[in-house]
Amino acid sequence: MPKDSGIGASSKRREDVRFLTGAGNYTDDINIRGQAYVYFLRSDIAHGKINKIDTSDAEAMPGVVRIFTGKDFEGVGGLPCGWQVTDRHGQPMQEPPHPVLAQGKVRHVGDPIAAVVADSAAQARDAAEAIVVDIEELPAVIDMKSALKDGAPKVHDDLTSNLCYDWGFVEDNREAVDKAIKDAAHVTTLELKNNRLVANPMEPRVAVGDFERGTGNSTLYTTSQNPHVIRLLMGAFVLGIPEHKLRVVAPDVGGGFGTKIFHYAEEAFCTFAAKAINRPVKWTASRSEAFISDAHGRDHVTKIELALDKDNNFTAIRTETYANMGAYLSTFAPSVPTWLHGTLMAGNYKTPLIYVNVKAVFTNTVPVDAYRGAGRPEATYQLERVIDMAARELGVDPIALRRQNFITEFPYATPVAVEYDTGDYHATMDKLEQIADIAGFAARRKASEAKGRLRGLGINCYIEACGIAPSNLVGQLGARAGLYESATVRVNATGGLVVMTGSHSHGQGHETAFPQVIAEMIGIDESMVEIVHGDTANTPMGMGTYGSRSIAVGGSAMVRATEKIINKCKKIAAHLMEASEADIELKNGAFSVAGTDKSVAWGDVCLAAYVPHNYPLEDIEPGLEETAFYDPANFTYPSGAYACEVEVDPDTGRVTIERMMAADDFGNLINPMIVSGQVHGGLAQGIGQALLENCVYDENGQLLSASYMDYAMPRAGDVPSFEIDHSACTPCTHNPLGVKGCGEAGAIGSPPAVVNAVIDALNSGGKKVAHIDMPMSPARVWAAMQG
Amino acid sequence: MSGHKLSLVVNGERVEADVPSNRLLSEFLRDDLALTGTKRGCETGVCGACSVLVDGDVVKSCLSLAVQMNGREITTVEGLGRVGALHPLQQQFMEKGGLQCGYCTPGFLMAAVDLLKRNPNPDDAEIREGLSGNLCRCTGYQGIVDAIRSTAEAGHGA
Repeated sequence: MPKDSGIGASSKRREDVRFLTGAGNYTDDINIRGQAYVYFLRSDIAHGKINKIDTSDAEAMPGVVRIFTGKDFEGVGGLPCGWQVTDRHGQPMQEPPHPVLAQGKVRHVGDPIAAVVADSAAQARDAAEAIVVDIEELPAVIDMKSALKDGAPKVHDDLTSNLCYDWGFVEDNREAVDKAIKDAAHVTTLELKNNRLVANPMEPRVAVGDFERGTGNSTLYTTSQNPHVIRLLMGAFVLGIPEHKLRVVAPDVGGGFGTKIFHYAEEAFCTFAAKAINRPVKWTASRSEAFISDAHGRDHVTKIELALDKDNNFTAIRTETYANMGAYLSTFAPSVPTWLHGTLMAGNYKTPLIYVNVKAVFTNTVPVDAYRGAGRPEATYQLERVIDMAARELGVDPIALRRQNFITEFPYATPVAVEYDTGDYHATMDKLEQIADIAGFAARRKASEAKGRLRGLGINCYIEACGIAPSNLVGQLGARAGLYESATVRVNATGGLVVMTGSHSHGQGHETAFPQVIAEMIGIDESMVEIVHGDTANTPMGMGTYGSRSIAVGGSAMVRATEKIINKCKKIAAHLMEASEADIELKNGAFSVAGTDKSVAWGDVCLAAYVPHNYPLEDIEPGLEETAFYDPANFTYPSGAYACEVEVDPDTGRVTIERMMAADDFGNLINPMIVSGQVHGGLAQGIGQALLENCVYDENGQLLSASYMDYAMPRAGDVPSFEIDHSACTPCTHNPLGVKGCGEAGAIGSPPAVVNAVIDALNSGGKKVAHIDMPMSPARVWAAMQG
Repeated sequence: MSGHKLSLVVNGERVEADVPSNRLLSEFLRDDLALTGTKRGCETGVCGACSVLVDGDVVKSCLSLAVQMNGREITTVEGLGRVGALHPLQQQFMEKGGLQCGYCTPGFLMAAVDLLKRNPNPDDAEIREGLSGNLCRCTGYQGIVDAIRSTAEAGHGA
């Protein structure tokens, strides 16, 4: 019987009411009296030396308040990178400066050269056209391998080359892995590209800077997944504003998918300019501007080798990856191809020896950083593709090959430095075989063939790591931040609760799911709990929402703070009932004395804390407010098994997704409806990557896919109704809720399923096609079929 | 820019306005009338976040000029239903998980009203086809399709 409230109930989302009635408050809905508007003049070439910027004509245009160039930011810090990777030789990565406005050079199409602030957005745009920029075009590097050649043009003149770092993991395994591959009974080798993507939340980025002359306080309203991180980075590293003089507000945010984690130049600009001109300054990105200024995702080129013994046991994996950093290091870019990718290369399998090499490369393209999954989709894709290829080469069943190599005992220490606390990969595969009706596939293939279509079935597994932690470990790995989360629980005198959390909700439904947990802990109605998030002025220092961390880390902080509240309430209740604190029990919203009929209601205890007439004042303070910071002991490891069935039209190469199935183990679930929605969205994004989405530069560094006319995202007709299950559950062993996180799984698990299915379809039609790179457009599939 | 006198009905109320000829309908609604429920996602008519109803038909307000609206009747998401009296589609979007971040939602609701007006009993393929002018990045469309189907099944299609 499904629950109708509390943990495990599909409570309807309370935030929906405002979104459904047009009453949301997104950043572009915020207008401050007297605000000016900024338009950024951006580079239309990929690489060039700025000789002169003449703003005199533009300054005389109607409505122009002031025009800023790189010169205005000479005394200001650059945008910082939040993760320092150490290379194979113990050296720190090359870390170039990232100015707010270009200084001397432009390094990608979209690099901001000047900023025009005017009374209206149209006036700012018009004036920008009157700025004359004398710019000397330089040869650009776009392709990563070309960028590493001797004599290649350098993106940053002060660096020794375009190589950011050459990372080896685990370096001590290198020789043993080489030997195991040399000695293997069979080695499958696959070279592939993980296509460059643009996250494309439907809400473009917006920033509104405000400065209060009377107090000297600055406020930034911004489309961010983590307002405290922006406050810290922008305040401490860019503008030199102490945190108590800087407030960052991320109100309703229209999707993030990673690209709204990072600290962007436009945020620093609006905050800086508002003070400089003593007026609020607003920037709203156009969609094309988003394509050339939002951090992109993926863009890895990889060679993976999988070694097997004569009994088809995996014996070693060796990978070599080129990871595109773009022109500058975005906030967390260096961590994505390394610690979020290399540590996942064991997947669900007990491969004893693994070596991962990653070369991160600067190119004259938009910076690349985390996009839904961030490193983990890249790891899963190459691993699950090479396993499928091995099964095909060896003529064995791809499910059986996977099952044979599954990790079955937990905790399990992988050869890539992480310890999986729990999981049951056979259970999710069993569930998948059931919901996917794999036994019935042969008949469905026959039916497709009767229509002249090729039908394929693709299977894969995935594992991901969420809630990256603990802070002391990630510090050793190069993170320049802690990865805890915070919560303050404030109980009001009449018993209602306000929870102030450092997590941020931009579609994940925290305002509904978090109260379910607290209501369950206390035994009160969910409606008595309100969540406050997204404003540094009224929430404790937090790290925000990304990496599927909110319930596992933010939720745990909230549980810890609520436990403190309950413990204090027990002391008060013991006093009120003249009983021993040890005998007090909390159940269904009332404190009772064990073994008696004495009880006092939740609300009466709360009232006593604020009207402490009959109260143990000598032992405890009045009031009921507690804060907790939770720093997890380990990552969490969601896992699952996915399947995809496709039809391929052999005449055109067009692929249609007929069925898409996902069996996930997310540990305990707080709100299954929200979890399902997260999986659905992830699956659609993964299908988008596999079939449609591609961020394409020409050889000169012009972005060819810079609009919705050119960058194809899945529409309703491109995806099927998904068949999913999350009943296979092994609770996380090290957080109080036993939760693992579910936000990225769908996008991690689905691309290999789709590609495996297409390869299966083509081979069923007698075409010996080993691999097709994503996106598998009709042109690519058709070309592959022609041999 | 010369002004144009405009008289129209927005969400059931008569509005008189003076607008420049290049004023987009999306700008007019959001910036002049403060009806910020209508969203801007691409301003090229591809994403559908700005969809509104003009005389009952779905229109992309980022591709329409305010001056074209003289004498017309416009419905935005604010006029569809309200807190405590949600439109059946709004209610079903909530029941079926038809939204997450909420940004594309007003546009989908308007497209769905138009879809059910034209076809009160659509099958899934017709629903998906009917949503081809709108992009959602969060839901994978499943909750949206489910919500529209259940609205139609409850007889609220017409």
